[in-house]
Amino acid sequence: MLDHILSILIFFPAFAGVMGFMINKESMRAYGTAVATIEFALSLWLWFSFDNNVSGMQFMEHMALVPSFGINYILGVDGISLFIIIMASFFTMIGIASLSPTHSIKNMIITLLFLQMTMIGVFAALDAIVFYVFWELSLVPMLYLIGAWGGPNRIYASVKFFLYTFTGSLVMLVGMLFMAYFFYQATGTWSFAILDWYRLILPESFQLWLFAAFFVGFAIKVPMFPFHTWLPYAHGQAPTIGSVILAAVLLKMGTYAFIRFSLPLFPDASVFFMYPIAILAIIMIIYTAMVAYAQKDIKQVVAYSSVSHMGVIILGTFALNVEGISGSIFLMIAHGVVSGALFLLVGVIYDRRHTKLMSEFGGLAHVMPRYATIFGLMLMASVGMPLTINFVGEFLSLLGFYQQSHILTLLAGIAIIVGAIYMLTAFKKIFFGEVTNEKNRNLPDVSKRELLALIPLAIITVWLGIYPKPVLGPINNSVEAVVQLMHNKATSAEAKSRIPNISGVVISRTATKEAH
Amino acid sequence: MLSPVNVSLESLNLITLAPMLIPVIGALLILVIDIIKGGLDKTLYVVLSILFLALDFGALLESAGAFSKDGIMLGVFDVMLIDGLAIISQFIIVVTSMLFIPLALTNKRFHEFSYPEFFALFLFMIAGFQFMVATDNLILIFVGLETASLALYTLIAMHNRDKSFEAAVKYFTMGALAAGFYSFGSMVFYALTGSVEINQISAVLEANNYADIGFVLVGVVMMLGSFGFKLSVVPFHTWTPDVYEGSSAAMAGYMSIVPKIAAFVVAMRLFEFLIHAHIVWLEVVLYAMVVITMTAANMWALVQSDVKRMLAYSSISHAGFVMAAILIGTTQSNSALFLYWILFSFTNLGAFSMLWISRQKELPGYQKSDHSFEKFSGMIKTSPMAAIVMGLFMLSLAGLPPFALFWGKIYMISSAVTGGFTVLALIMALNSAIAGYYYIKLIVYMFMKDPIESNIDNNGQLYVANATTALKTIIGFAIIGTVFAFVTLDSLLEFVTAFVYNSGY
Repeated sequence: MLDHILSILIFFPAFAGVMGFMINKESMRAYGTAVATIEFALSLWLWFSFDNNVSGMQFMEHMALVPSFGINYILGVDGISLFIIIMASFFTMIGIASLSPTHSIKNMIITLLFLQMTMIGVFAALDAIVFYVFWELSLVPMLYLIGAWGGPNRIYASVKFFLYTFTGSLVMLVGMLFMAYFFYQATGTWSFAILDWYRLILPESFQLWLFAAFFVGFAIKVPMFPFHTWLPYAHGQAPTIGSVILAAVLLKMGTYAFIRFSLPLFPDASVFFMYPIAILAIIMIIYTAMVAYAQKDIKQVVAYSSVSHMGVIILGTFALNVEGISGSIFLMIAHGVVSGALFLLVGVIYDRRHTKLMSEFGGLAHVMPRYATIFGLMLMASVGMPLTINFVGEFLSLLGFYQQSHILTLLAGIAIIVGAIYMLTAFKKIFFGEVTNEKNRNLPDVSKRELLALIPLAIITVWLGIYPKPVLGPINNSVEAVVQLMHNKATSAEAKSRIPNISGVVISRTATKEAH
Repeated sequence: MLSPVNVSLESLNLITLAPMLIPVIGALLILVIDIIKGGLDKTLYVVLSILFLALDFGALLESAGAFSKDGIMLGVFDVMLIDGLAIISQFIIVVTSMLFIPLALTNKRFHEFSYPEFFALFLFMIAGFQFMVATDNLILIFVGLETASLALYTLIAMHNRDKSFEAAVKYFTMGALAAGFYSFGSMVFYALTGSVEINQISAVLEANNYADIGFVLVGVVMMLGSFGFKLSVVPFHTWTPDVYEGSSAAMAGYMSIVPKIAAFVVAMRLFEFLIHAHIVWLEVVLYAMVVITMTAANMWALVQSDVKRMLAYSSISHAGFVMAAILIGTTQSNSALFLYWILFSFTNLGAFSMLWISRQKELPGYQKSDHSFEKFSGMIKTSPMAAIVMGLFMLSLAGLPPFALFWGKIYMISSAVTGGFTVLALIMALNSAIAGYYYIKLIVYMFMKDPIESNIDNNGQLYVANATTALKTIIGFAIIGTVFAFVTLDSLLEFVTAFVYNSGY
C-alpha cells in the first residue's frame, strides 16, 4: 500500500466526495469529519514511514499518461513537501470538524473534500503538467466556496480571485511549455518531469525569461506585492473555512513552487533577481503591515498580517542558502498554523455577533476569558514571540538573508516590530477595557466544537516553537540537496559565490528510496 | 468520329468514393421511404441516419487501414485525394454527426424533425462535407461546399421561427458572397497556373518562383475572404451570432464543429504551401487575423446576455485559436489542430446539448431570450446534476485541466512555442484567461445566485424539460469525452500525428 500511498492520499478525498452525494444532509458533517480524519491518519502514516535521512524523493510513483508528449503521472515527497501535505490534511480535518452550521452544508463538505484532493496533488506532483492540473483545479472549489458561502460582495471577490490566479498560471504554463521544449532540444525527447528538468542547465538569458514567466504565476498566488490586491477581497468575503484553507494551504502553493521550480531550475536567474524580489518582499512586509494597522475589520487585520508574513517567507526563500530556505519552509508551516488559527478565531466571534468590526467589541476578556487566552497566544505567535512556532521560521529566514544583505534584513526586522504594533492594538481594542457594547455582555465562551480545532493548533504552536527538530530535520536535509544542486548548476561566478557549496554533504538526488 | 475513351475501371479506384456515397444512398433511401409510405415517425429516420453513418464510419475505417498501409490514395481521374487529413476530418465529421442526430429525439415536438426531408438533407450535407475534405481539386471542393451549405441553410430555416428565417437568409446571403469570392479566387489561380488542383498550382508557382506574386496575392485575398466567412474569422464573423441564435441549440452546436473542420482542412491544403513559400504578406495577414479573431471575439463574448450568443462568440474565438495552427504550419501544429477540434467537438456538443434540453416553448417574463443568463441562476439548488454537468463543460471550454480542451490548448500553445511564435503563444494563453471570465459568468449564475421563484416551484423541471433517454445518452458521451480525455490522449495524439505527418503536412 505504501507504494501508492500518495495516490491514495490524493484521490481518497475526491472519491469520498463523490460518495458523499449519497449521504443524508444531517449526517454530512460527521461523514466529512470521518473522511478527513482517515486522510489525516494516512498522512501521519506517510510521515511515520518517511525516511528522515534521505534527502531525495520518496514514495515515488510513475505512470505514463501521454508519453509521446512527455507527460507522465509522477508523484513523490521529500522533506520540503511532506509537512505541507500533512498540514493540508490537518487543516481540512479541523476545518470540517469545527464547521459552524450553514446553508447547503452538504455541498460545502463535498467541495472541501475536492479541494483537499487538489491541495495534496499540488504538493505531491513531480511532473509539471500534473502539478499544473492540480494547481488550476484548486481554483474551482475555492471559487465556489467564496462565491456561494461568502459575504455580500462574494461574487466579485470570488471571480477576482479566480481570474487573477488563472491569468498568472497561464503565463506560467507558457513558461513550462518552453522549458519542455528546451529539454526536447537538448535531449530529443519531450519531458515535463521536474527531476528531468533539474538536470538541464540553461544559458542565463533563457533563465531570466523563464524565471519571469514562472514568477508571474507564483507571485500572484503568494500573493506578492503588487499582485496582492485579490487577497484582501477574497479573505474579506470568504467564509471562515475558506479563509482558513486559503491562508494556511493555498497560498503556500506559490512559495512552495518557488522552491520546487524557480530556484533549482534557474539558479543564475534567482541570483540575478534576488535583490529586486527581496525589495518587493520588504515592501510587502512593511506596506501591508501598515495597511493592517489602518483596518477597522478584524478579519482584514489578520488578512493583511498574513500577507505581511508571506513576505518574510519570500525573503527567506531568496536568501538562497540552507538557513534561509529551511526557515522559509518552516515558516510556511508556522504561518499556516498561526494564521489558520487566527482566522478560526475571527470566525468564532463572527458566528456570535455577525460582525467583524473592532469598534463593536471591547472588554471581551471579561466575557470570554478562554477565547481571549487562545487569541492572545496566537497573536504572540503571529508577532514572532520566542518559543512560539513563528519565531523559529522568522529567525531562520532572516538569519539566512542576513548573509546576503545586512541592510535589507534590518528593514525586514523592523517590520516585525510594526507587526507587533498592529496586532497588539487590535488585541487591545477587542479584549481590554470595559464592556462597552451591551450585546457583548452575555456572549458564550468558546464551545467544545471550536475548542476541538483550536486546542491542537495551540499545542502545535508551542510544541514546535520549543522543539522544532522533528520537522526541521527532514526539511533541512532536502534543502541541502536543493542548495547543492543550485550551486552545481549555477553558471555565473556571481551565482556560484552567492549560493553556498555544501561540501561534505552526500547528495544523492537520484538515490530515491524505494518504498517497501 | 471521336475515338472511344479507354479507361480501365481499376484505375478509377472507385473505392475512394465509398465513404461519400453511403450517406447519399441513405438520403435517397429516406426520400424513397417517404414516397412509399408517408407520415412515419421521426425515430425511424433518426435510426436510419445513424445506421448509414455507422456504415460510413466502417468505410472510413477501411480507408484508414488502406492509408496506413499504402499511403495516399488517388481516385476517379485523380480528383479524389484520400490522405491523412481527409480521413481524420471525415472521422470528425461522421462521429459528430452521429452524436448530433439523436438530439432530434426531444421530449417536446419540434417542427423540423417531423419532415423526413430534414434527415435526407442532413445526410446530403455530410456527403458534401466529405467531398470537400477528400479532394484537392478546387472545383470539387466548391461542389462539396455548396452541396453542404445549401443543405445547411435549409436545415436552419426548417426550425420555423422568425429568427430562424432571418438566420437562414443571412447565412445564405453571406454564404453566396463567400462562394463568389471562392470562385473568383479559384479563377485567379487557374489563370496563373492552368490547373485547378492544389498540388499542381503549388508546383507551377514553385517552378516559376512566384513570378506573378501580385496575382497570387489577389487569389489569396479572395480565398481568405471566402474561408474567413466559413470559419467565422473576424472581420467576416458578423453572421455567426445571429445565425446561432436563430437555429436550434443542437444545430448551432453542430455548426460550430462540422462545417468548420471541413473548411479548416481546405484552408490547410491551400494556405500551407503558401506559408511554406514564405509569403510574408500572407503571414502578416494571417497573424493579424488570428490575434484579432481570438481577442475581439472574447471581448464581445464578455458582454453577451444570452448563453447561446456567448457560446457563438466563444466558438469564433476557438476558431481563431485554431487558425493559429495554419499560421505556424508545422506538423505539430497541424496535428494540434485536429486534436483540438476532436476534443472541442465533444465539449461544445455537450454544452449546446445542455442548452437544447432546457429549451422552452414559451418564455417566462424574466427571460428576454431562449437561454438568457437569468434562466440559469441558482440551478445548483433546483437541479444539481444538470448544473454540475453544465459547469463541467464550461470549465473544459475555459481550458481548465484536466478536462478535454486543456490538452488541446497546451498542445497548440506548445506548437506555437516550438514553431518560434513566442508572442503568439503568450497571446493565446492570455486569451484563454479572458475567456475564463465569461465561462465563469455562467458558473456564477448557476452556483452562486439564488434561483428565481417560479423555478423553485417546478423543482428545476425547466432545465431538463426537453430531455429524453437519447439526449441524456448523448450528453453522457460528451461528459466521458470531456472528463476522460486524458486516458485516450496518447493514442489519439499518435494517430493524428502519424496521419498528418504521412500526408506531408
